[in-house]
Amino acid sequence: MAEVLVLVEAADGAVKKVTTELLTLARTVGEPSAVWIGPGYSDAVAATLGEFGAAKVYVADGAQYVDHPVAPKAEVLAKLVADVSPAAVIIASSAEGKEIGARLAVRTNSGIITDAVGLSADLVATQSIFGGSTVVQSKVSSGTPIITIRPNSTGPEPAAGAAVRSDVSVDLSPAATLATITGRAAAAKGGRPELTEAAIVVSGGRGVGAAEGFGVIEALADALGAAVGASRAATDAGWYPHTFQVGQTGKTVSPQLYIANGISGAIQHRAGMQTSKMIVAVNKDAEAPMFELADFGVVGDLFVVLPQLTEEVNKRKG
Amino acid sequence: MKIAVCVKQVPDTWAEKKLKDGSGILDRESVEGVMNELDEYAVEEALKITEADGGGEVVVVSMGPERAGEAVRKALSMGADSGIHLVDDGLVGSDSVATSYALAKVLDGRGFDLIIFGSESTDARMSVVPAMVAERLGLAQLTFANKVEVAGGNVTIDRVTDNGLETITAATPAVVSVVEKINEPRYPSFKGIMAAKKKPVETLSVGDAGIDAGQVGIGAAWSKVDSFAARPPKAAGVVVQDEGNGGVAIADFLSAQKII
Repeated sequence: MAEVLVLVEAADGAVKKVTTELLTLARTVGEPSAVWIGPGYSDAVAATLGEFGAAKVYVADGAQYVDHPVAPKAEVLAKLVADVSPAAVIIASSAEGKEIGARLAVRTNSGIITDAVGLSADLVATQSIFGGSTVVQSKVSSGTPIITIRPNSTGPEPAAGAAVRSDVSVDLSPAATLATITGRAAAAKGGRPELTEAAIVVSGGRGVGAAEGFGVIEALADALGAAVGASRAATDAGWYPHTFQVGQTGKTVSPQLYIANGISGAIQHRAGMQTSKMIVAVNKDAEAPMFELADFGVVGDLFVVLPQLTEEVNKRKG
Repeated sequence: MKIAVCVKQVPDTWAEKKLKDGSGILDRESVEGVMNELDEYAVEEALKITEADGGGEVVVVSMGPERAGEAVRKALSMGADSGIHLVDDGLVGSDSVATSYALAKVLDGRGFDLIIFGSESTDARMSVVPAMVAERLGLAQLTFANKVEVAGGNVTIDRVTDNGLETITAATPAVVSVVEKINEPRYPSFKGIMAAKKKPVETLSVGDAGIDAGQVGIGAAWSKVDSFAARPPKAAGVVVQDEGNGGVAIADFLSAQKII
């Protein structure tokens, strides 16, 4: 069966959920080989990759691959593409993932499709574009198909793989090390899932009214085990950090459930969340366009509705 | 300091965007065009850097149809010094790989210290062209900057990633992309708009730029649209007025959907 390379994303030494989704999708195309780039490869990582079907794991161990942004990872993948001629390279559609794919496409003279939400056995990628209004089927027509896939595009399904380790080493080109990451600060986590990966996102917008207003949003998010998002109006006003902005110039999310609170539903926001599987809206304004998208909506005061919902969620969980 | 700013003319955010039957490329004629919003921040940052530097040159570069000249003029009216407009029917339908090739051909050998992009275009939203141009030109890439500092032949950026904050440094020349939190783009003044009319814009064809015509346009695309369709209309949802039990109503809905 054809080999399919899957670039592993990890945080704090653990494989991210999106990688298990990518391995699941890769199995419909061929036999997945995971690619780990950087220090910190561990038995726990190998176990997770094997659990989701990685037959092989290529390990490029070394700080030099992660001290410089993007280019070293593209060069490692380019070497593997040359060595093993994979059927495709599959990467998570994160900001970094897309750029790694971009440089790999240039290096290997290959086509790239980004932000896919589905992938067929014959490598036809499904994309949802123009804020979700149009569904496109595309295929790479030249070189090795490089496809970046959004988190939550499929449910991770285990299937045993041997996860046989194979070490790779690449002499990086001088150009790959021109830019150096000189400082890193981990984001304050607070125990919530990462926004782009979360199965549930609870978001607040202009209607939240103030930074303190996000208390009710966070309480509901924590009851549901959800991530917190915010509209541009809320982040521009300084009520919530812009890392959490959902929309055209922020993050694109596609969770199982998106709860939009006090968000009117301007096109810029919709572009970042319209492909959510289910949408619930709470807004004082019955005319808010967000209600057109909502599977369920409540016209009312979010400061009344959300605490009641939070209490109800906690009650039913127990 | 000589800075290139790459700008793109895109369909207005509020316009209904469509793909063309047959080719599956974006229909750019049927909608109003504007300069890509993110590129305004790139122009502003270039102007700020040269102003702080006490001089320099900002050259706005655009690849696109005749109408993309409007985006070039807008950047000039904000204060950029001159423009380069790559326009050629042979470029229509170029994908990201081809676009980066064409832009790299135009940018190469002109002595730019920095090449600045907006972090994404609001139409394609791939965010890949800056990285591709850096790869092609063998330059450092410092992307998604929310702060840029240029000093002593080095450029340093701060950015927010999925995992936290990062600082990245490189010697110039380098490719930089900026996010919308970085600055507040100036509005073109009347004087700026009048002055822009007299600023030089170099118009290049594929041949002028030394671009291999076989590497650009729809015929050369590295990826192709098989088919596309409007998303199936969503069944109308239920919207209720809160009469004291709105939270319970949502909880009931989520229970029925087996989410809680």
